[in-house]
Amino acid sequence: MFGVPAQALYGQILLGLINGSFYALLSLGLAVIFGMLNVINFAHGALYMLGAFAAWFALNLFGIDYWWSLLLAPLVVGLVGAVIERVFLARIKNLDHLYGLLLTFGLALIIEGGFRHVYGSSGQAYGTPEELRGAVNLGFMIMPKYRGWVVIASLIVCFATWFIIEKTRLGAYLRAATENPKLVQAFGINVPLMITLTYAGGVALAGFAGVLAAPIYQVSPLMGTNLIIVVFAVVVVGGMGSIMGSIVTGYMLGVLEGLTKVFYPQASSIVIFVIMAVVLLARPAGLFGRGD
Amino acid sequence: MAEPLLKIENLHAYYGESHALQGVSLEVNEGETVTLLGRNGAGKTTTLRSIIGILDDRRGSIRFRGQELVGLPSHKIGRAGIGYVPEERGIFASLTVDENLLLPPRVADGGMSVAEIFELFPNLEERRSSPGTKLSGGEQQMLAMARVLRTGARLLLLDEPTEGLAPVIVQRIGEVIAMLRGKGFTIILVEQNFRFAAKLADRHYVMEDGHVVDTFPNSALEEKSEALHKFLGV
Repeated sequence: MFGVPAQALYGQILLGLINGSFYALLSLGLAVIFGMLNVINFAHGALYMLGAFAAWFALNLFGIDYWWSLLLAPLVVGLVGAVIERVFLARIKNLDHLYGLLLTFGLALIIEGGFRHVYGSSGQAYGTPEELRGAVNLGFMIMPKYRGWVVIASLIVCFATWFIIEKTRLGAYLRAATENPKLVQAFGINVPLMITLTYAGGVALAGFAGVLAAPIYQVSPLMGTNLIIVVFAVVVVGGMGSIMGSIVTGYMLGVLEGLTKVFYPQASSIVIFVIMAVVLLARPAGLFGRGD
Repeated sequence: MAEPLLKIENLHAYYGESHALQGVSLEVNEGETVTLLGRNGAGKTTTLRSIIGILDDRRGSIRFRGQELVGLPSHKIGRAGIGYVPEERGIFASLTVDENLLLPPRVADGGMSVAEIFELFPNLEERRSSPGTKLSGGEQQMLAMARVLRTGARLLLLDEPTEGLAPVIVQRIGEVIAMLRGKGFTIILVEQNFRFAAKLADRHYVMEDGHVVDTFPNSALEEKSEALHKFLGV
C-alpha cells in the first residue's frame, strides 16, 4: 500500500498496538486516580518502573518467575501506593490540587533518583518467559509470541477494570464517590478507605504494565520518565477521568504513532503531541470528556 | 422520661471562618416529626449537615440513641441509622436509577424492599435503567427519598423535599411523608413551605441566625402564626 511493504506496515501496527497497550494501562490508572482523588499522579511513571524492578528483584533475589511476578508486583506496587496515599496524599486532600501534583512529582524524582543512584541509567535485562519465546506465523506476518501476549494481557486487564467500574456495585460506589464523595460517605460508605484503595488500584495497573514491559524494554530507573509524558498526552486527548476514553485513546494513539513511523517517520515522536494540541483546540475536555 | 432519640446541645458549626450555628439545642423524640422553620441562611440546612457529619467542623453535642456523633466520621453516622435526603437531592448522574437506589448500604433491619419502594413510587420502576439525572425534578426527589427508605434508617433528615416542585408532586410527597410518619419513622423536616409542614409535623423549631429562637407544638400554630410571619418574612 502506497509503496510500503505490507510486512513493514503490519509490523508497525503491531508495535503501535504494543505501545498502545502500555499507554492504555497507564492512562487508565491515571484516569481512575484523577477521577477519585483529583490528583494528577506524576509518580505514575516511577511506579511503573517500580513494577518492572519488583519483577526483576523477584527473579534475581528469590527466583520468582514471570507469571508470579505478574500477580505479585502489582500487589507490591499497590501496597506502596496505599502507603503513599495514607502518609502523604490524604494529608493534603483539602489543599489546592496542584499540591498533589507537586507532591507526586517530587516522589517520582526521589524514587527514580534513588534507583538511578544504585543501578545507574543503564538497563537490566529481564528474560522473556520460556512459554512466550519464539514467534508465530499469522499468515500475513510473523508475530513474536510475547508481543502478542502483551496486547492480549493489556486488553483483558483494561476490559476487566472497565467492567468493575461501570458494571459492578463496587464500581457504582466509585462512580458515585467521584461525583459527590461527602454524600456517599454520609450513606455509610467508608470513602477515605475507598480513596486509598483507588490510588492503590490505579498504581497497581502501572505496576502490572511495568512487569509486562520488563522483557521488552530493559528494566531501567528511567523507563517511566519518557513513557509518562506520552501517557499524559494520551490522557489529555481522551479526556480526564473517562475510563473507556483512556483505554480507546491509548490503543488508538499507539497505532497512529506506529502508522506515522511507516508513512512519515520524522513525525512519529511528535504525532501524539500534535494530536493533543489539535484536540485541545477543538474539544478542550478531550475526545471522551464530559466537559463540566 | 427516656432520653430523646436525638438530642442536640449547644451545637456550633463553621464553614471556614463563618460561624454558621451558634449554640443550637433541640430534641427529637422517637416517632416524632419535627420541622425546622426559618429564613434562608438561618442554619436549617447546616443543622442537618452537622448531624450527618457532612459538615464536620462542629462543636457541642449531638447524641443519637445515646451515642455521641460529634467527632465521628460521616460514614459511621450514616451506619448508626440516619438517612439523609439533601436539599440538592444528590442523585448521581453517572449511575442509573437502579444503581442510585441500591447505592446506600443497609444499616439496619426493617428497610423497605425494592418491590415495596416501586409500589410507593411507580414512576421510578419504569425508569430503572435511565441515568439518575435524566429524571424530572419530582422523580429525582422521590428517588432521593426511596434511596434512604431501603436502608433501614429510622431517623430521616429531609431537606426541603418540596422545593421547586409542581403542586401535584408536592402533594404526593406530603402523602409519602405522612405514611412514613404513620409507620413510626422519626423525621426532621426542613421546609420553607410552612403550610405544607403544618399538615405533617408534631412540633416546630424556628431558627434565626444560627440559633433556635422558638419551639412549639403543631397545635399552637394558629396563635404563633403572626410571630412566624415575622420570622419567615412571608
